[in-house]
Amino acid sequence: MGNKNRREFFEELIATQVENAPAKTAHDTVFEKYANQTLPAGLKATSGLSPYSGTWGRNEIIHLLRRTTFGVREADIAVLQSKTVSDAVDYLINNIPAGPVAAPVNNYESSYTDPTGVGLGQPWVNAAYGDSTVNSYRIRSFKSWWVARMVNQDLNILEKMVMFWHNYFATETNSIGDARLIYKHHDLLRTMALGNFKTLTRQITTDPGMLKYLNGYLNTKTAPDENYGRELQELFTIGKENPLAYIEDDVKAAARVLTGWRINTTTISSYFDSTKHDTGNKFFSAYYGNMTITGKTGAAGAGETDELIDMLFSKNETALHMCRRLYRFFVYYVIDQATEINVIAPLAQTLVYNSFDIKPVLAQLLKSDHFYDMNSQGCYIRTPADFITGTFRSAGITVPTSISIDKQYALWNYLRNYLVLLEQDPGDPPNVAGWPAFHQEPQYYETWINSVTLPKRMEFSDMMLASGFSAGTGTAIKIDVLAFAKQCIDPSNPNTLIDFFADVLLGLDISAAKKTSLKIANLLSGQTNDTYWTTAWINYQSLPNSTNTTTVKTRITGLLTELVHLAEHQLC
Amino acid sequence: MKRRDFLKMTPAAGLAFMINGLPVSTFAAQPLLNLLAKQSQANGRVLILIQLSGGNDGLNMVIPIDQYSPLSAARGNILIPQNKVLSLANTTLTGLHPSMTGIQSMYSDGLVSIVQGVSYPDPNMSHFRATDIWMTGSDSAQYLDTGWLGRYLDEEYPNFPTGYPNTNMPDPLAIQIGYGVSPVLQGTNINMGMTINSLSSFYNIVNGTVDPAPATPAGHELTFIRYIAQQTQQYNGVIQTAASKATNLSTLYPAKNSLADQLKIVARLVAGGLQTPIYVVSMSGFDTHSLQVDLSDTTKGTHASLMQNLSEAIFAFFDDCKKLDIVDRVAAMTFSEFGRRIKSNSSGGTDHGTAEPVMVFSQAVNPGLIGTNPVIPASVTVADNIALQTDYRSIYAAVLADWFQVPTQTMNNVLLQSFPISPVFKQSVNVDDNAVAGADEDALKQNYPNPFSKTTTISFASQGGMTTIQLFDAQGRLVRTILNQNMVRGKHQVNVDRGSLPAGNYFYRLTNGSDQNTRKLVVTD
Repeated sequence: MGNKNRREFFEELIATQVENAPAKTAHDTVFEKYANQTLPAGLKATSGLSPYSGTWGRNEIIHLLRRTTFGVREADIAVLQSKTVSDAVDYLINNIPAGPVAAPVNNYESSYTDPTGVGLGQPWVNAAYGDSTVNSYRIRSFKSWWVARMVNQDLNILEKMVMFWHNYFATETNSIGDARLIYKHHDLLRTMALGNFKTLTRQITTDPGMLKYLNGYLNTKTAPDENYGRELQELFTIGKENPLAYIEDDVKAAARVLTGWRINTTTISSYFDSTKHDTGNKFFSAYYGNMTITGKTGAAGAGETDELIDMLFSKNETALHMCRRLYRFFVYYVIDQATEINVIAPLAQTLVYNSFDIKPVLAQLLKSDHFYDMNSQGCYIRTPADFITGTFRSAGITVPTSISIDKQYALWNYLRNYLVLLEQDPGDPPNVAGWPAFHQEPQYYETWINSVTLPKRMEFSDMMLASGFSAGTGTAIKIDVLAFAKQCIDPSNPNTLIDFFADVLLGLDISAAKKTSLKIANLLSGQTNDTYWTTAWINYQSLPNSTNTTTVKTRITGLLTELVHLAEHQLC
Repeated sequence: MKRRDFLKMTPAAGLAFMINGLPVSTFAAQPLLNLLAKQSQANGRVLILIQLSGGNDGLNMVIPIDQYSPLSAARGNILIPQNKVLSLANTTLTGLHPSMTGIQSMYSDGLVSIVQGVSYPDPNMSHFRATDIWMTGSDSAQYLDTGWLGRYLDEEYPNFPTGYPNTNMPDPLAIQIGYGVSPVLQGTNINMGMTINSLSSFYNIVNGTVDPAPATPAGHELTFIRYIAQQTQQYNGVIQTAASKATNLSTLYPAKNSLADQLKIVARLVAGGLQTPIYVVSMSGFDTHSLQVDLSDTTKGTHASLMQNLSEAIFAFFDDCKKLDIVDRVAAMTFSEFGRRIKSNSSGGTDHGTAEPVMVFSQAVNPGLIGTNPVIPASVTVADNIALQTDYRSIYAAVLADWFQVPTQTMNNVLLQSFPISPVFKQSVNVDDNAVAGADEDALKQNYPNPFSKTTTISFASQGGMTTIQLFDAQGRLVRTILNQNMVRGKHQVNVDRGSLPAGNYFYRLTNGSDQNTRKLVVTD
């Protein structure tokens, strides 16, 4: 081992793992034995959507941050602490910078010269396609860029909503193929993340990336392709939880409405080709009130798509479906009858009342008694994105902007690789239904944790507390445990320090006895008198030489190692 | 085959292949023995490191009876009455704390080696820094981010955890019992230890259960994750298997004794067949600044309870090991981050000090005391401390070289420099194959004359630095340190007077830098 340093060791480890990344652990006997056989019953929050008027303290703020951002930061807690619950939620929903974001750039020039003339550090999103090699580099660039957006997010709900929509209108980069279409699709989700559900659905329907993904661009009057017409109803509006609603004929009719949409890869946009459009009348079932969409010729044929969306959004099921999806993404996966009546139905009313604007629904949910109910707290299994980016944000790890852009991307790409190992590759959910955590009954969130992914999560934590990683950039990225501790209001008090780490790292608090054991074993090196730690910390602060620094650093590292290995660290 | 593996299978048989003087490598080449070595890995040796957190008052544990007059002056308020001191076999100069009847009895049975005055140059009196020094095996002003046992495991099991567990090492490399991530097991890449937090954690593993969680959605998910964590902790299966194969057989384990609880787990896992070579256990509460004794009866009180718990736990553990037939495989070693001050304070306690006695328990020890009683000045000030006699890393060297049988080069890699090997263990099993094979004849020559009846001369070469020649009898007991000093590089000679040595076979061993060579000599009448 002597000639291999610790970082190289971890990097070899992950390189090997990504190469050998196993298929989804469908036959994981450990998972199958312990995951839900049926939905857990009788444990649910029963409260409704009345505005929350209970204690609004650190615990509630942390709960709100865990669910609406990736990871909890002490600085974010401080911002919200001066606000009421209503103001805090409004802040998270509204504090979103206007204007376009900086698009992903050429980070691959040293490996492959961009054949379309995009230079290093220049955005490629509007360039020509080039060739398949540069395209695959661009897809990697996009994913790395996305990880950076999540880690560098501001204090708002935007990144969580982008992930929500990505999981909702799920697409896969392999199927879309063209990196520019992938980005355009993503940018639509991002731009509309807190906008209007109906408008977004309409735009998604003719978004070139989605047209490619669900074969809409192949849907013509002579050879209808029903793929999008089906998923539009089954996943994007009515929902498959309503099996007796629409019928096969509705799928066929919707597909006919949608004939004629094509992709122009030069302009990276879609267009309507009336010559491919089925101009006949489309008849829908009794579920849709026996509605007829009258066939139209020429450019007017495109308007049928708007009529179709209007029809779908006229059904209550669409609003209910959206609210269930939001609930499972932000609160918990179990929706029993009480939740349906007390939470989902009134939220759907709000959604319809507000013409499908998303913000009022989010505000109502996140300000509600139900959201702050003890039974709604700590029960969310951190998604891989929560886990990886949360580690970065909570510990205050940053990728320095002083290093070259390709090196920054290399570091983000390393995290993206880790997300693959943890089974949440951004841009590539398993299929159009999104990740099973949000739809696969009865396991839901539990599907994130299996006998492969849980040990890998722990490996990631261990690595970040040890040598970190540099992904060949020469810049080591790791947790600075001392900087992390300094976020605490009083790190010299071992009890305060443990409480602080537990707040930001554990989704469920641990007992006072366990905290004492962890304190004695780690911060006090077996002593019982707190002053030994206090003295050590004060010594370090007043004279940060090797002795004093090493003394506190090793002890905090030990404490953090134990905390991140607790099952509570996987919850939020 | 590694030499270590070969020797593992013959923990008691080393003498046999020494006596006829044949090179070990000759044996090792035999296919049959290769096979035996593979089969015998489960018979490997185990070290149990017992950490006494807080700084143990060694002067009230291993008591220098010949120093009572100055001791009375220095620490009269906490001193054990001389007539209460437990006597040790074969010496009237040194005794034990009256609570340590178990260890007294083990001492009589030849199971205890006590090394006096253990510390290091420029000792540190901070709990934290001193603990780090003992854990990492560093100099006083050296900062290491690996532990000494972590480095040992790195040498023996390179690249861990990549490729582990495997058929050669299916078990944890080290098991730490109790909360905390012990720095002593920190390897180059990763901490090499598996932690079992508590007795209840152990029973959770054994029974496939997890801690109770609240009846809430959060508790539901927590329980699920705990099960997956338990089932995917790659070593839980082997621990379950080992625990199912053995139960504690001793009836002597005391109740409400945390060290005893920890050692019960160790005994069960070793007897159950785990090949894990290292266990780390601990006891806390040794930071006895005030009222370490009951002032009306200094044989009672906090420190007396600690000594009693320590002694009873170890006594029961060795009783268990005998009954479980694993006693020839275990060695246990105590250490504390420092000893305490000679002079007691007015609150009936003692402040942080320096050198301390270290106890090693094993059938393989050279039974008895190593070093001399500390000399207590007639008029003690708070600045006075116990003098260093043995560097703590010389005991680590003994564990590595003589218990784990690592080659000298490995030992020096682990300890980062060369230390003389404290003669804690009997030597019969430990002769370096190079020397026996005569591979390095220049470093250590055959003595002349040999056999001899009055005097003989040993010629040797030193690479410079600390050079040690020790003489052992045929049972491996250290009988004399012939030489122990810094020498210049070059060839040297040392004369050996027979003195009171009985006629018989002896071995002499040269330790210098990375070299260690042993030869046989014969004394005749």
